[in-house]
Amino acid sequence: MSIEVLGVTKSFGSFTALRDVSLTVADGELVALLGPSGSGKTSLLRIIAGLERADRGSVLFHGTDVGPRDPRERRIGFVFQHYALFRRMTVFENVAFGMRVKPRGERPSEEEVRRRVGDLLKLVQLDWLGDRLPGELSGGQRQRVALARALAVEPRVLLLDEPFGSLDARVRQELRRWLRRLHDEIRLTSLFVTHDQEEALEVADRIVLLNQGRVVQDGPPEELFERPTSPFVLDFLGNVNIFHGRVENGRALLGPLSVAYPDHPHAEPAPAAGYARSYEIDLSREAGDTGFWASLTRVGIAGALLRLELLPDGAAPLKVELTRERFEALRPVPGERLWVVPRNLRVFLETPVPPRAQ
Amino acid sequence: MDAYALSPRSGSRAVRLLLGAAALAVLGLFLVVPLAAVFAEAFRNGAAAYLASVRHPDALAALRLTLLVAAIAVPLNVAFGLAAGWALGKFRFPGRSVLLALVDLPFAVSPVVAGMVLVLVFGRTGLLGPWLAAHAFPVVFAVPGIVLATVFVTFPFVARELVPLMQATGSEEEEAARVLGAGFLTTFLRVTLPNVKWALLYGTILCTARAVGEFGAVSVVSGHIRGRTNTLPLHVEVLYDEYDFQGAFAVATLLTGVALVTLVLQALLGRRRREERR
Amino acid sequence: MKRPAVEPRILPGFGPALGFTLLWLSVVVLAPLAALVLSALRMPPAEIARIVAAPRVAASIRLTFGLALASAAVAALLGLLLAWVLVRHRLPGRRLLDALIDLPFALPTAVAGIALTTLYAPNGWLGRPLAALGVPVAFTPLGIGVALVFLGIPFAVRTLEPVLESLDPEVEDAATSLGATAGQTFRRVLFPELLPALATGFSLAFARGLGEYGSVVFISGNMPMRTEVAPLLIMTRLEQYDYAGATALAAVLLVASFLLLLAVNRLQAWGVGPAARG
Repeated sequence: MSIEVLGVTKSFGSFTALRDVSLTVADGELVALLGPSGSGKTSLLRIIAGLERADRGSVLFHGTDVGPRDPRERRIGFVFQHYALFRRMTVFENVAFGMRVKPRGERPSEEEVRRRVGDLLKLVQLDWLGDRLPGELSGGQRQRVALARALAVEPRVLLLDEPFGSLDARVRQELRRWLRRLHDEIRLTSLFVTHDQEEALEVADRIVLLNQGRVVQDGPPEELFERPTSPFVLDFLGNVNIFHGRVENGRALLGPLSVAYPDHPHAEPAPAAGYARSYEIDLSREAGDTGFWASLTRVGIAGALLRLELLPDGAAPLKVELTRERFEALRPVPGERLWVVPRNLRVFLETPVPPRAQ
Repeated sequence: MDAYALSPRSGSRAVRLLLGAAALAVLGLFLVVPLAAVFAEAFRNGAAAYLASVRHPDALAALRLTLLVAAIAVPLNVAFGLAAGWALGKFRFPGRSVLLALVDLPFAVSPVVAGMVLVLVFGRTGLLGPWLAAHAFPVVFAVPGIVLATVFVTFPFVARELVPLMQATGSEEEEAARVLGAGFLTTFLRVTLPNVKWALLYGTILCTARAVGEFGAVSVVSGHIRGRTNTLPLHVEVLYDEYDFQGAFAVATLLTGVALVTLVLQALLGRRRREERR
Repeated sequence: MKRPAVEPRILPGFGPALGFTLLWLSVVVLAPLAALVLSALRMPPAEIARIVAAPRVAASIRLTFGLALASAAVAALLGLLLAWVLVRHRLPGRRLLDALIDLPFALPTAVAGIALTTLYAPNGWLGRPLAALGVPVAFTPLGIGVALVFLGIPFAVRTLEPVLESLDPEVEDAATSLGATAGQTFRRVLFPELLPALATGFSLAFARGLGEYGSVVFISGNMPMRTEVAPLLIMTRLEQYDYAGATALAAVLLVASFLLLLAVNRLQAWGVGPAARG
């Protein structure tokens, strides 16, 4: 079952949450709806679920407009951010709920319900917890019960709102790998909301990045990461350093740096900025053709990487990440002056940022 | 909380003893002694006199009327409380906070004023008085007036238990039930109601206790017709004013019994009600 | 982020629930109170002023407000003592004592009225020794005060208890570690925390005291100019079919209740005083 969203707009009072958003999720695809908080991603998910109504635009499931349909008729599985488990029902009753509330004609027999709840609890590896109340479970267990409950109604699509948002870091890592494996197993069209770029990059087949209620880029993780179409995407998907300056005559002049910029061959200058990811910067003790001097102010350890902070003369501090091997080879000490060379500088013209509607 | 008993936070031993003794004295003087007085006075002429007073036809008629009034007023206010809990607890809309304040209004109004406004509307010279008189449906100095007065004074009890609770529990579980295909009735009965059942019971008990015991408002609209429009609290007054003190206290023990049962239920339900609020 | 509530359209049943809430609120509470306000507005202001300024009415208003204010203050202080001891001291039978606090809420006011009158009458258990000391209680303003303190205590205790329970004990330890004495800790650390709840309990007791009828009518003796409180005078006017006199006085009480309700709402926004039951 595919999902299509066409030109959806939604306002809450004077705040515009979504502006003319369109996207598609192909049958069997696992798509991440990524964005900072307030970008409209949760509103979009709730509109797809029918929990909120769009002011304009439509939602199609498998080519059929589901606009007028109540959430209960859409046959979706929805995993809520805080799970929304029925707290007075056991795990078993929670998972069985969707089957037991079906109209009398479609309702499976109690035996069938028992069997299917058992299967689902096995699928989420919780078959030994059926008699517990949600309050007695850990966060990760609740999350898996919520998933089993959503799957119990045999949904045509699965929607997940910040599925790992309220879990601690380790459980989060485990669960997202598990979700990816589960998806590969059952191949259910799925859309999940997240504000964590790592989560989106690791789990999703495709990422739809939202900002201020608009889709800013839509594509496979590698594409967003390697070929960002705007500074926002670049910045959101990793630590970047910004060098402000201008472009003229086919070159970008960014403070001490100068790189080719054939897209602007005109003599008239335009404001621009260069962006370099923190791991795309080389450091050395000798000056080269292009680059500048900066003094090392801080060294921190981030797992296998080392995080360095440098202060160029009269400019903003830089963030640089080195692998342990590169660091061992160079062995810089705080206070030392180093020659900084951005390896891969992406230049974007600076357009005035539209004021944020709030 | 046990930590308090051992720590020096509550002051020195002498201060603690002094405070404890003072508190017990206040409790005894203001709460226990009046309670004891009710029973002492009721039985001052022996058990036979007590039973005779309680079994008097006027007392039994008052008991029946009191139960009838409560049986009408309480279900109406429970229904109102559930509706208000759903509308004001689960939804956000303009004017909601004003409505919330209005729900509490009857607690702020003097019972005498509450009874009086009914006289102004339904009395002989009131807005609807002539019409009611023409249709031979008396409200004031009759049972409908007593019911209305009781509904007014017990109006907020259930709603003020349910609205904050339903607001605190949020709507996610209801949304989940909808997405899973449940209809309104199923959602309400199987998801919403189980989450608020103790608070509902608690509010209903308070509402019932007040309905049974209301005096001021009912006094204004009743007319004090013995055997016809006297509720139990009014009957207590009638007996007391006739200097039948023993009889008045005997009837009062029935009302005190209701109050004590209410207190016990409140204490038993209190913890469960608080757990619902987590 | 938890969503506070959903749009009215998504969860079903908003329309009927709100409709029933509004209907019931209008029929039971708003329409009758509006009738009172309208009748008061229809009277010429000079007429209202003349009625209210008449010596007997003015005396009853002064007495009502003065006693309600004083009793609420006493109830707040006694309530603070009781709440403190109930929360901080491990008294044996604490749950029983705690349940007993609600007695004035649960006990019908008529029963409280006759019990207190009998106790404090010149030949009563407490009245006899007090009369011997030259302090008559029943049928004096002091008697009315005793009844109002009895009613006011639970308001104070029930607003203070949750605040006392929620206070972080470490804050007091911190004060002690910084060299504060127990008295200083109470005055400078605890008291400011308790003040909003104390003020809320005081206002609730005050509002209740202004309108109280049942527990006061017996103990006051109803002597015009001396022990006749405003709700009693309204009752008397109604019995004389003097609706203008009753309306004017009821309007004064109603305005005072409104203002107090407003004050309580403000106070609860200031502190975290949870709504106390009435």
